[in-house]
Amino acid sequence: MNIMDIIGPVMVGPSSSHTAGAVKIGQISRKLLAEQVRQAEIYFHGSFLATGRGHGTDRALIAGLLGMAVDNENIPNSFEAAKKEGLEFTFRGIDLGDAHPNTVKMYLTGESGRKLEIVAASIGGGQIRICEIDGLNANFCGDYPTLIVHNLDQPGHVTEVTSMLAHKSVNIATMQLYRDSRGGNAVMVIECDQEVPRESIRWLEHLEGIEKVTYLSLEEA
Amino acid sequence: MYKSLEEIVSAAEKSSFYEAVLQDDCKERGIEKEESKKQMRAMYEAMKNADDNYDGTLVSASGLAGTDGEKLAKARMEKKLLCGDFIGLVMEKAVKMGESNACMKRIVAAPTAGSCGVLPAVLLSLEEAKGYSIEQMTEALYVAAGIGGVIASRAFIAGAAGGCQAEIGSASAMAAGAVTWLAGGTEEQICHAAALALKSLLGLACDPVAGLVEVPCIKRNVIGAVNALTASDMVMAGIKSYIPPDEVIDAMRNIGRNMPSCLKETGEGGLAVTPTGMQVKEKLPNFMEERK
Repeated sequence: MNIMDIIGPVMVGPSSSHTAGAVKIGQISRKLLAEQVRQAEIYFHGSFLATGRGHGTDRALIAGLLGMAVDNENIPNSFEAAKKEGLEFTFRGIDLGDAHPNTVKMYLTGESGRKLEIVAASIGGGQIRICEIDGLNANFCGDYPTLIVHNLDQPGHVTEVTSMLAHKSVNIATMQLYRDSRGGNAVMVIECDQEVPRESIRWLEHLEGIEKVTYLSLEEA
Repeated sequence: MYKSLEEIVSAAEKSSFYEAVLQDDCKERGIEKEESKKQMRAMYEAMKNADDNYDGTLVSASGLAGTDGEKLAKARMEKKLLCGDFIGLVMEKAVKMGESNACMKRIVAAPTAGSCGVLPAVLLSLEEAKGYSIEQMTEALYVAAGIGGVIASRAFIAGAAGGCQAEIGSASAMAAGAVTWLAGGTEEQICHAAALALKSLLGLACDPVAGLVEVPCIKRNVIGAVNALTASDMVMAGIKSYIPPDEVIDAMRNIGRNMPSCLKETGEGGLAVTPTGMQVKEKLPNFMEERK
């Protein structure tokens, strides 16, 4: 936090958590899908569900999926913009148990057919957290270039990924490992200080035992 | 950011309150003074644009907010306000900004979206009335940011954490310091103005109807703005806060910690659970209904 968080940000109202945070969740999800979103099935939980309509959470989220920034004055008109850009969406309610009150679950499909399931929360002041990707835990804020690797839970995959990063001079800021069961599906979430080269991500995708690689780049697409 | 107002005052011994905050920002973010000032000037200009772009015909999605700024403008033009032209202008700008926020227009969160009307109401009105330069207004924003930074470090600036005192109270304290800077007050007077403003709003609950940033948030921006001016006037007249400014901020934290969660932006207490407030909540469209 710095003084530009005290005076600022410039944003479309009415709420930093329910509006600006929702835009940011949409933006990051679009970047994670790494292509134009064509279909979005959206489920609101908790306070997002109860007061989202009044806060424009729905329009904000769609605006973010279209790539708009938190201060874009077109946020209130995002449904019309989505129609023009060929993004179809539905909103429903869901009970995600003890998830953060401002949580949304989305099933996204991109223009090439690429799919992404994401659970994200708006945790206050416009800050967000990506909680789950494709059904497995993740826990990152979207402020760093982030590499998410889904792999089979077997020896060696962490070394493959981290050696590649070392070779490309990418420093690891944080790293988390999760799995659903021993020998089952596993995920590593790595926040980096530098961008990971595209060709290295493609290389990872082809390795035996690596099931899916998702990457959040902070550079403009 | 600074951890106490006392720290800012001692850092300002060789310069000024504004420069102490500016220098700290440059050090913290590793940027040049010009870069920082450019960003702060842009914030002031964004406040100005938001004020200019008020649309008196807009009503929020819930139907609870809109068109009141226009009513105040008319009453002021017709010289019907007991508070007079200047305070009338401050009230008008505060309501207009709060309504713009509720109607999904672009605003500057300062420190939050719910309290976005306080600082611009005071500063834009003063600029219009006294002809201050953009440079002076930018300096005033640094003073406000310095005070807000200390409040964020020692206490909180979110209604969910500390109630409305943390939002409108903090905005009012920040505005009081900024006004006192413009009025030529000393570093000590800036801090005391912030303290007097905050003291007057201690204990204010965050109890928004249906959880929306509309009732009572919009009109509370008026009291935050006017309270900043009276606090600054008191200080410039030679009055001090008996409780030292940093201790007042600590008192706000203490009250916020002891405040039950039903009064901290949950929509489960206060105005939100009045019969009328509950009716609004029940009638509010939600996503479940949209499916039908």
